[in-house]
Amino acid sequence: SVNPDLASERQTASFSVEKLTARLDGGAECTRLRRAVVEAIERDPVFSRENQYFQSQNERYEAAVRKGVHLQKKIHEMGWTDNGPEFKYIYRAVAGDVAFLLHRIFARSILLLGSDEQIAKWIPLATQYQLIGSYAQTELGHGTYLQGLETTAVFDITTQEFILNTPKISAVKWWPGDMGRSATHTVVFAQLYVQGECYGVHPFIVQIRSLQDHSLCPGIIAGDIGPKMNFEHIDNGYLMLQNVRVPRENMLNKFCEVQPDGTYVRRGSQKINYFTMTTVRISLISDEVIIPLMKACTIAIRYSVVRRQSKLKPGEQEAKILDYQTQQEKLLPQLAAAYAFHFINNYLQELFDRGYREIQSKNFDTLPELHAFSSGFKAMVTQYCTSAVAICLQACGGHGYSLLSGLPSLYTKILASCIYEGENTILFLQTARFLIKCFMAASAGQPVPPSVTYLAAVTPGKCPAKNKLDFLSPDIYTEAYQHMAARLISSTAAKLQDLIQSGVKKHDAWNQCTVQLVQAAKAHCHYITVKNFAETVEKLETQAGIQKIMKHLCDLFALHGIFSNAGVFLHDGYISGAQIDMVTASYLDLLAVIRKDAVPLVDAFDFTDKSLNSALGSYDGQVYQRLYEWAQKSPTNKQTSPAYERYLKPLLHNTLSKL
Amino acid sequence: SFVHRGRPEPLDLHLGMFLPTLLTQATPEQQDRFFMPAWNLEIIGTYAQTEMGHGTHLRGLETTATYDPATQEFILNSPTVTSIKWWPGGLGKTSNHAIVLAQLYTQGQCKGLHAFIVPIRQLGTHEPLPGITVGDIGPKFGYDEMDNGYLKMDNFRIPRENMLMKYAQVEPDGTYVKPLSDKLTYGTMVFIRSLIVGDSARSLSRACTIAIRYSAVRHQSELKPGEPEPQILDYQTQQYKLFPLLATAYAFHFVGAYIKDTYHRISGDINEGDLSELPELHALTAGLKAFTSWTANAGIEECRMACGGHGYSRCSGIPDIYVTFTPSCTYEGENTVMMLQTARFLVKSYTQVSSGQQVTGMVSYLNDLFRQRIQPQHVAARSVAVRINDPVSLVDAYKARAARLVEAAAKNLQAELNHRKSKEDAWNRTSVDLVRASEAHCHYVIVKLFTAKLSEISNAAVCAVLTELCLLYALYGISKNTGDFLQAGILTDAQITQVNQRVKELLAIIRPNAVALVDSFDFHDVHLGSVLGRYDGNVYENMFEWAKKSPLNKTEVHESFHKHLKPMQAKL
Repeated sequence: SVNPDLASERQTASFSVEKLTARLDGGAECTRLRRAVVEAIERDPVFSRENQYFQSQNERYEAAVRKGVHLQKKIHEMGWTDNGPEFKYIYRAVAGDVAFLLHRIFARSILLLGSDEQIAKWIPLATQYQLIGSYAQTELGHGTYLQGLETTAVFDITTQEFILNTPKISAVKWWPGDMGRSATHTVVFAQLYVQGECYGVHPFIVQIRSLQDHSLCPGIIAGDIGPKMNFEHIDNGYLMLQNVRVPRENMLNKFCEVQPDGTYVRRGSQKINYFTMTTVRISLISDEVIIPLMKACTIAIRYSVVRRQSKLKPGEQEAKILDYQTQQEKLLPQLAAAYAFHFINNYLQELFDRGYREIQSKNFDTLPELHAFSSGFKAMVTQYCTSAVAICLQACGGHGYSLLSGLPSLYTKILASCIYEGENTILFLQTARFLIKCFMAASAGQPVPPSVTYLAAVTPGKCPAKNKLDFLSPDIYTEAYQHMAARLISSTAAKLQDLIQSGVKKHDAWNQCTVQLVQAAKAHCHYITVKNFAETVEKLETQAGIQKIMKHLCDLFALHGIFSNAGVFLHDGYISGAQIDMVTASYLDLLAVIRKDAVPLVDAFDFTDKSLNSALGSYDGQVYQRLYEWAQKSPTNKQTSPAYERYLKPLLHNTLSKL
Repeated sequence: SFVHRGRPEPLDLHLGMFLPTLLTQATPEQQDRFFMPAWNLEIIGTYAQTEMGHGTHLRGLETTATYDPATQEFILNSPTVTSIKWWPGGLGKTSNHAIVLAQLYTQGQCKGLHAFIVPIRQLGTHEPLPGITVGDIGPKFGYDEMDNGYLKMDNFRIPRENMLMKYAQVEPDGTYVKPLSDKLTYGTMVFIRSLIVGDSARSLSRACTIAIRYSAVRHQSELKPGEPEPQILDYQTQQYKLFPLLATAYAFHFVGAYIKDTYHRISGDINEGDLSELPELHALTAGLKAFTSWTANAGIEECRMACGGHGYSRCSGIPDIYVTFTPSCTYEGENTVMMLQTARFLVKSYTQVSSGQQVTGMVSYLNDLFRQRIQPQHVAARSVAVRINDPVSLVDAYKARAARLVEAAAKNLQAELNHRKSKEDAWNRTSVDLVRASEAHCHYVIVKLFTAKLSEISNAAVCAVLTELCLLYALYGISKNTGDFLQAGILTDAQITQVNQRVKELLAIIRPNAVALVDSFDFHDVHLGSVLGRYDGNVYENMFEWAKKSPLNKTEVHESFHKHLKPMQAKL
């Protein structure tokens, strides 16, 4: 039975939860399909995550491999295909706790960077799991800065082979998933040398383990890099190469090729090598970042209406903690952010699908804008959502720290996203470089990509809001965000110009402005997110209360941003001190309004209890019973305490005899 | 922990809570019975307060202790699932006794929370006693070393003499004798919270040491075309992440020392019967506990992030520092609740001042609000007065901000009261403002204490570098909260631009001393527990050595190859 404290929250929903779920999925048919996939997976005991919190690193790894293998069977059995509509729901259904994710990246990089012959050779092997792939880019000493990679691949004309080497300790490949124990092959990124000349970083397919007995190939030293904050189920690995030879055909050569006589040929833009990374950045936003935030919100908000603490009115029973303004102020902006990012993700997916098609037909015009988008939004969304999950964890008091709440593992997993696929600060700076360039072009009257046309019209001005209700107008706050972003970009550009004109070298000037540049890039992404949220709300169906509640969330997301960053809006007087008070008033009013729909809003994310795997966040709200039952399963409660036998007993008995 | 600083251990609660509680709350007879056996570890105890359904709000605890005059025993019960004791360290597997906090019922009346010594396991066999259900609560975010436990009691009887009766007492016939003052229980809380302030400083210092040393070892990308890759500590963005945290670690260090001294001074007064300073100390430690633990918590994560991917590996040591530290935002008083307790004191002081009384101590700046009424038209004149290179002047700026936010919160609270009936409701509707006011107050106290410390340092070079850190701490705080300073007219747009600029100049000034400043924390490698933060900086070789010890590397071919991978490849 459902805890009455949670049941009552569902009776007062101002909108249809089912309709909102369908909207999030992209239509009722998609919802049906997703639920069918989730059900098929969750019904299968091999995918159970029931004991996950009690497992060691070794057990987690083995379970992930078992699931990874079983998943292939399941996919065949169910008749799901790579291009089928079900495919994208599989990962969500297994909740990421499965091996061979890098195998997919391996295949994707071959599809993108390989020639037709290479695709014909390797892709069937990969699809059939005749080999297990990984993707070896990062080294001990180098991550995001690809040009700095130190692994070498020297072309040997006489044998028509590349000789791969790890010349020093900092060049050891470090971190690639599935590589520590599982992978038989990997794509190694190495500096290409032909006839003494370095041509930069290129990808090579290298076999690292025997296909017969899985032992390491000659010249290969590989293993697991040891325990991390999370991802115990993944064998992140290291790899050292000692004179490992691969045939000339193993360099992925759709865009660059070394010909038999050693001639280096380039076709198209070098930038395309990085496009894999660019697409990965966008594809991770939904599964690795937004879904975990939605789960964290679901757990924290459901728990906050079950947990009661202190009294709000004398004589009444203790209040639900979600009725406290401070608790609302912690959780509801995170809920609004989950929706904001869901919608910006849809926007980005569309943009990238279009861009991908263009690049396939070798039109690279949109590449700089896509790159700036993927960098900036990957950084902004991962950073925002990581803090948001941390807030959800801390909002659950002591129980949030229990692994059984599900929150610690959501947190330790999502926070890795701030680093992998490009460290966030560096990504913001890449976006900033694009913005500064566009700003200069716009100022000079040259055309700029559509997302930054607003930079052409930077004008001083004042926010026209007269009272707190004016701040519930999307035009008012979108304009404020636009003004703020444009101001930060233009003032940073001006500062850069000043420094350079005063004789500071370009690179020094850049380094001296990086703190401001990061701020400007964030402001740009924040603005686009607010604008996109407001535009999405416009287009939503008005029936079933959905547009109304989404409008509230959009307002909350926007006003929370102004409230939390008041200084940048006040700085040039665009928003006045009195207006900030109006923003604050409207913002706090919204908390009370959204409070009423908080539980339905997380119900709409439609996570099953199994996928949440949380004693605090289950649909029925039977928090305390579940916490108590789950704790019984702890291995420490099943066996007699080894510490007692070994240490406590002798201690207690000796002192007893001493007395 | 008491043996290994910064690392939890199963006996922590025995040493840190069980023994001290006996000392402060047991009668001499009880001390004879329990203290020496506990000191000799015949009795291993823990402190069972938190329940599954109740934490910070102590009055809500549900465990009952009902006095039975017929047998002169207390009957202990966990009447609901939510009343099960949950979280106490060492309870799961280690302890054989617990001090249990329970609602006392005698002669049919509830007398509120009291502490009882409850045996839970059989001496000799270590088996739970009949009527006691006890076990481990399962895995947590860190604290794997600690057996945090649960405890359920069903009509479990203990002798009357097991209630800690130094203050409140139950006589054999069930008559209840009240304690002299209930304020005295504040004392322990203040003490523990003051320890957390020091712990915030230490934990953040450790994280800074690791991140700054590693940033000097790690080379990445290029600053000048054609030159070798620079140390990442040369990047402005990296300095901007780490140096303000370094300054914060120093600031918290001084604040921790101040709170400890103040606690000892005031506990002296308390023993003399003078409780006058206790409310302010209580409010100050509550707020500073929350402020420093929140800041350090976020700061440790920033240090980890500043180490890139390797920070995420357990070998960096920062994940362990984080998971060990982060619960201090919740235990010994949840931080938001702590901030609201400080706010209650601030509002009370504000009300006193507005009714013409003077207040003293750290809140005395509130007197100024009414002495020289802050009017919007005076704003321009005042703002020019702030000199951004003078710490003393910055203290004034922080003071003005705190005063303004306390006043705004108090006025909003009054406005809510004018609109609504219930005090609690008005308080709740103002609580976001109230937390902001408390934060501003704590921030002011920290800047003030750091600044005051500078004049005590005689070595000129040390004083110079600490002055730079103090300036950085104060200016960075302004640049992160420009809204407050602009909105109140304490600083102008132009001054904010100067502040932002000055912060970046200070980063460059501190850069050459950065490693020396973390070396000064003097953490031994063993204590730091970090491959990235080693004193000798030999990071990569040692990461490789460390990884070889991973359990997954025990065999060259992992067993899951034979179990799963091979059959898959054979079948396909």
